[in-house]
Amino acid sequence: MRSKTENDRRKFILRMARGAGITALGGFIWSAYVDEVTASQLILRPPGAIDEDDFLRTCIKCGLCVEACPYDTLLLAKPGDNKPLGTPYFIPRDIPCYMCPDIPCVPVCPTGALDESSVTTDGKLDINIAEMGLAVIDRETCIAFWGIQCDACYRACPILGEAITVEYSKNERTGKHAYLTPLVHADACTGCGLCEKACVTDKASIFVLPREVAMGKAGSYYIKGWDKTDEKRLEDVSSKKETTEISKEKAIDSLNSSMEDLY
Amino acid sequence: MSMIWNKYRYLLFRRTTQIGLLFLYFGANAWGWSILMGNLSSSVLFEFIPLSDPYAVLQMLVAGAVLATDIIIGALIITMFYLVIGGRAFCSWVCPINLVTDAAALLRRKIGVDEFAKRQPASRNMRYWVLALSFIISFLMGIAAFEFISPISILHRGIIFGFGFGWAAVLIIFLFDLLVLKNGWCGHICPLGGFYSLVGKFSLIRVKHTEENCTECMKCKVVCPEQQVLYMVGKESIPVLSGECTNCARCIEVCDDNALGFSIREFSKK
Repeated sequence: MRSKTENDRRKFILRMARGAGITALGGFIWSAYVDEVTASQLILRPPGAIDEDDFLRTCIKCGLCVEACPYDTLLLAKPGDNKPLGTPYFIPRDIPCYMCPDIPCVPVCPTGALDESSVTTDGKLDINIAEMGLAVIDRETCIAFWGIQCDACYRACPILGEAITVEYSKNERTGKHAYLTPLVHADACTGCGLCEKACVTDKASIFVLPREVAMGKAGSYYIKGWDKTDEKRLEDVSSKKETTEISKEKAIDSLNSSMEDLY
Repeated sequence: MSMIWNKYRYLLFRRTTQIGLLFLYFGANAWGWSILMGNLSSSVLFEFIPLSDPYAVLQMLVAGAVLATDIIIGALIITMFYLVIGGRAFCSWVCPINLVTDAAALLRRKIGVDEFAKRQPASRNMRYWVLALSFIISFLMGIAAFEFISPISILHRGIIFGFGFGWAAVLIIFLFDLLVLKNGWCGHICPLGGFYSLVGKFSLIRVKHTEENCTECMKCKVVCPEQQVLYMVGKESIPVLSGECTNCARCIEVCDDNALGFSIREFSKK
């Protein structure tokens, strides 16, 4: 016969182990799910949204921005939308952002997930500096690149002539016509999506992507020597010299040495 | 008639509060009302007073978010409020899932599920484990973990902003409570309930039992969603001090003998 205390101890240990097991299983499923839903990159946020990772941890999912939007542009992600649950987004092809000058969706944000300062110039709200996304053009399906005249996106653009311009070029195929093709300028485009809404092709040939998806990154070691402001980055630069087996002598010596020092 | 009123007065108040709040939130989105805007995660009352879910704010803090003044003030207001009226008063007077789980509990009693499923295989302390787990996942993943799976938010947002597949989550909770575990979601798992249980440990308004009036009919224990808090019934004249009591007042109104009633907690020890 085992003593009662021993039995109790066994029960206690078993219960603890079971608790830990269930917690681990639950935690695993829970974090896997969270990881999955937050992995979605192709989501367009309201104006003034901070960096996506910070946005996901800061947005409290209250929907005040959605309620403030007068055009019903903003939606809250529902189960089944395959987007981080409860966070605001918009689909420009359905309803684009009409870029209200008073940006009603941003000041109502209680958490700062929509950052007022990022859409403010000289103390005044300025929707033109918002960076919700960037319009990109599929030159294969855009009929302007076929030589058919269409400037729907250019006309729809609220920053007409700056975010989208029309470029002239010669149509070599006919020899006597011009291509009038749209060109998006990333420094002016806000990603409002009015162009995507206006596009006449079946599936929009100009569409908005999140900027971090649509754009590359040159890296800080490339400096535009012809650009005064970019050149300024060199002002307080310190340099570090490293000597390796190959570089201990001058480069010109290495070139003259019939390369035996390389082997 | 007054009999019915006596038996259901608090239930009626609770349903009015729950549905009234939902209606105000719904109206804010659908018709632009400005009395109560937002949702249970964070709201604005009268276009001025911020209100925020303190549990969500804590998760955000653990996740490493920079907290804005508005939501800190909002979370403090809500915490103070429930410190007065009873932590889990949120659960029975505000939370929309309560409508679902109460319906499941009622149906469970009506069709007598408990007669052939007497054993309750799960611990009610599970909610504190889930609560701790939510903070761990929030910390590791850098996001407010429960806010991404909360069926409360799914239902609440669903009513205000549109459901999507959200109805499935609500149906699962209903079936789970009906067939698998009595008071399963609200009484065992929900970490928000766990959070408010901890707040409720210190809250002011409590149900008090008067043993001299009690006839031990046990009607109170039948309707109570957290039976364990009523351990003193028929034994001792003391208030229900457990934070797990939701202050739903069903026990008060089903009692025919005036043995239960609301009281203010006495802080001075006698």
